[in-house]
Amino acid sequence: MTANIRKLVVQVDETRKEMGRDIAPPTRRAVAIAVIANPYAGRYSENLDELIAIGEELGALLGQKAVKALGIEPGQAQSYGKAAIVGEGGELEHAAAILHPKLGAPLRVAVEKGAALVPSAKKLGTLGTAIDVPLGHKDAAFVRSHFDAIEARVSDAPRAGEIVVAVAVTDSGRPLPRIGGLQAGEIKGEDGLR
Amino acid sequence: MIDIRRVFTQVEHIHHEFGPRAQTPLVRGAIAAVLTNPFAGRYEPDILPMMSLLDPVGLEMAHKLHAAMDVPLEQLATYGKGAIVGAAGELEHGALWHVPGGYAMRELLGWKGDRVAYAKGTVDEKKTGQPGNALSIVPSTKKVGAPGTTLDVPLTNINASYVRGQFDAIEVRVPGAPAADEIVFILAMSTGYRVHARVGGLLAENIAKWDGLR
Repeated sequence: MTANIRKLVVQVDETRKEMGRDIAPPTRRAVAIAVIANPYAGRYSENLDELIAIGEELGALLGQKAVKALGIEPGQAQSYGKAAIVGEGGELEHAAAILHPKLGAPLRVAVEKGAALVPSAKKLGTLGTAIDVPLGHKDAAFVRSHFDAIEARVSDAPRAGEIVVAVAVTDSGRPLPRIGGLQAGEIKGEDGLR
Repeated sequence: MIDIRRVFTQVEHIHHEFGPRAQTPLVRGAIAAVLTNPFAGRYEPDILPMMSLLDPVGLEMAHKLHAAMDVPLEQLATYGKGAIVGAAGELEHGALWHVPGGYAMRELLGWKGDRVAYAKGTVDEKKTGQPGNALSIVPSTKKVGAPGTTLDVPLTNINASYVRGQFDAIEVRVPGAPAADEIVFILAMSTGYRVHARVGGLLAENIAKWDGLR
């Protein structure tokens, strides 16, 4: 199954200054979004294999798009996240089928390594619904400076028979992290947690 | 006076809109610079000094947008611009973007006009053949709004405003901006025709007057 992609949207958010302080180098977060047809819209299907395959395809495509938009090498990616908004003709489980079984492996190739869980969010929505894509450090989920989120929203999607799928990648944590916890420089990156 | 806080870039590839899949997707892009508004919270009679200081901001944004869209320069077929002013500012602050925003995309696209006259608003060009590129007025919108306000930025052909199949708009929204003391300045461009354009009118290949209109 190849995804029927109607639209691809890539956004980059670069922060150069926060609370009057220079952020050098700027923090940068990218989110790559695909608007796809939902092959199961309007009916109950016990088997969701088509969406699982689409998830695998989009993990690679959107991961690569986000990394390219940041202009970095895969190994320079620091945090990631994923999310989906299912149009009204679908069900929450459709988002789960895309996001959870197979999207992660090709995304981890796109960002190199990725020992940590890919944090996720999902919801049902309509045209212009926004979703906050959670972000966590890609190799150690407890890195506190990298807990963040980026909004994804497509003005004309999802239609009832569509799904919006978003993958976010950053090359940095928050602009002015100062609440302690595990630092990115201290991680082992083996168990995905610390 | 010029203090860029954030730069937000957005590029869309539109493959279809429930019709035949396009051989080449329509590419639309927008870039938004979030600046501190130096006039926030008061009435400042003389805001013009900021206008020329925005020229380099416009140029940087135009080039960054082109790079993000990742298409050859000659495929950039439409443009538009806009501004969203935070709650402690006024609409007139957003109007400062008209000249530097338009100037920046014209420079990028190969305009050959009189810059000084353009800045003064006294352009009176003789039109013979195609005098460079980017002849059309750059369409625009602006508003005062809260963080996350959306702005529909109009897009029209860079050489002839009447190219009907390229009338379009792109929705731009920067999550978290503008704060009350900020302004979001926006540039937008696309590779041209709506993905299923079919309501007739002037086609880009039939532009003949080179007056910026037809």
